[in-house]
Amino acid sequence: MSNISGNQMGGFGSLKEEAMTRLSKSSIGGFLARQGILVAFAFFIIGFTIANERFLDPDNIMGVVRSSAILGVMALGVTFVVISGNLDLSVGSMMSFSTIVVLDLHDKIGPTLAIPAMFAMTLCLGAIIGFLVGYLKLNSLIVTLGMLSAIHGLTLTYSGGKNMDISDKEGTWFGVFGQGDLLGIPVPILLFALLAAFLGMVLAKTPFGRKVYAVGGNGVAATFSGIPRARVVFTCYLMSALCVATAGLIQASRSLGSQNTVGQGLELEVLAAVILGGASLLGGSGTIFKTVIGVLILGFIQNGLLLVGLQFYVQYVVTWIIIILAVWLDIAAKRGKLWSQIA
Amino acid sequence: MEPGTLSTFLKRGAIWGFIVVELIFFTVAGEFLSLSDKAFMDLDNMLLLFKQSAPIGIIALGMTIVMINGNIDLSVGATFALSAVILLDCMTWPFFAGLGDWVIPVAWGLALLTGIALGAINGLIVWKTGVDAFIVTLGSMLGYRGLVFMYNGEQPTSHLNWTLVDFAEAQWLGLHTATWFLIVMTAAIWFLMNRTVHGRNAYAVGDNRDAAVNAGIRVGPHIMINFMIIGFLASLSAVVFYSESGSVNPNDGELYELWVITAVVLGGTKLTGGAGSILSTLGGVLAIQLLRKGLGHIGADTETVNLVIGCILIAVLFLDRQLNLKGKEELRV
Repeated sequence: MSNISGNQMGGFGSLKEEAMTRLSKSSIGGFLARQGILVAFAFFIIGFTIANERFLDPDNIMGVVRSSAILGVMALGVTFVVISGNLDLSVGSMMSFSTIVVLDLHDKIGPTLAIPAMFAMTLCLGAIIGFLVGYLKLNSLIVTLGMLSAIHGLTLTYSGGKNMDISDKEGTWFGVFGQGDLLGIPVPILLFALLAAFLGMVLAKTPFGRKVYAVGGNGVAATFSGIPRARVVFTCYLMSALCVATAGLIQASRSLGSQNTVGQGLELEVLAAVILGGASLLGGSGTIFKTVIGVLILGFIQNGLLLVGLQFYVQYVVTWIIIILAVWLDIAAKRGKLWSQIA
Repeated sequence: MEPGTLSTFLKRGAIWGFIVVELIFFTVAGEFLSLSDKAFMDLDNMLLLFKQSAPIGIIALGMTIVMINGNIDLSVGATFALSAVILLDCMTWPFFAGLGDWVIPVAWGLALLTGIALGAINGLIVWKTGVDAFIVTLGSMLGYRGLVFMYNGEQPTSHLNWTLVDFAEAQWLGLHTATWFLIVMTAAIWFLMNRTVHGRNAYAVGDNRDAAVNAGIRVGPHIMINFMIIGFLASLSAVVFYSESGSVNPNDGELYELWVITAVVLGGTKLTGGAGSILSTLGGVLAIQLLRKGLGHIGADTETVNLVIGCILIAVLFLDRQLNLKGKEELRV
């Protein structure tokens, strides 16, 4: 593709065009910019392995993936929302809500009924957001900011401000989603992998997935091509709510008790993972696979820094630097220049 | 009356109308529901309201500038915390031991410099890399919070200087020190935005960045200065608040960014940039604080505040959109 356009251009401007193509397509800088996140990932893994040989221990890797599963599951849903050109800041408080609800209902109506009831309630919240952003076309940042606050209030009202605990922790099978193993693989990892495979398939291989990209890439063009923008955005928020409910289920089942604020602040960490994976906040780009990579990078960095003997908060600073570098390199590759053109 | 004047007036005055409605509602409802026999419109209560609005309010002024610019700053909560840590910790440095009470202005200066420096880092990254401000400040929100933790681990940083506490708790002409800071900063920022070139440029850059560049505005430094202003205001807010309380937890200021943005949006500032008003932001801050106090006054659970504010935020967004659509030839897609 680039060759053809290069030949056709010829004459004037082709030098500049070529230089840009070279920088973004073929040089080492371009390669770093495109696959920088994978390179950085490899670099980190090598570094941490040298520093502490336990880093590559299968048990350790399993532990990292397992503890990243909750964040990861939420990030899958947010990927859909971000690709469609919107934001979802409400996932954190929505996750607290579903955790509290399922724990409360567990004692009242039993786990078999509690889980579908919780999924239904969380999907209702997702539908409300989807309606506001999709059909009423309100700004997603403010709507989900409002919903963050509103759902937090809802959770506190529901629980009366108290922590929620399952009364009979020994005699319930509810713990299987967070603590169980299947064929030697922890169930949270299985849920994460299954959901990632399913949603990745939906995004990459179905007409709906194409529509999500189209709506995020250019909403007006998509509308004129006959794509129901509102319905696509609505469905994206439903997907996000589905993922949040699953994350809440894992969280509740892992600890069998919870505070009201269990998901507080997660919305921005989730967003960080999605951005790290290379999704653009403007919409239209990103994949489920890259988001999974983004989640794993965050998890492995956290783990690696702990193994090296640094405190958990050093991770914040490292994440900051990595996010900025990742997005910067991505943008630099697209515009063909390292520094921005702003005067 | 020109067409559109009424809707413009409605939009401008909406937040103050909302405050009046809140006042009437809580006064009347308080008569029937409140457990205390004090009236809601009690003078002390209102003075306290202003004082409690100050920390969020001061930051919200800066957020208004940044949002008029078409950017956003999510790192204000962390900047707030880091400035507070610097403020309280540097008063205990042996280096300053001989200064006596003169350590206070030094500590204030250092804390404010911290805020300005953190803001400058944000602004410089936005300017030089061209990465969206949302992502840059999302990253630095994590990064600055990490710095707060690295400074003093998970321990709270505490230092009580009684001269400082007396100053922070003083009342002058009936108003608390914090209230005075809020008023003075509101006046200063109002002047900056309405009577100076920088203010006009802020609106121009937010409205149409390319046009602003063509008009000869140096957009990059302009954006960076605005980030320095919001950093300064975030640290000023910390200085005012922690002069009185004297102890800061590393988690303090978390979610401040969300409260601040809520207040600014309630005040009618557009996320897309180019529109917004400092005075309306003040209205938004007061409206939120009034709602908190009022709901407490009529005996509602504190939890309901979040619920109500969330719903109001979405309702405001919806109404604002409806008002803006009217009379405009908007492409309906």
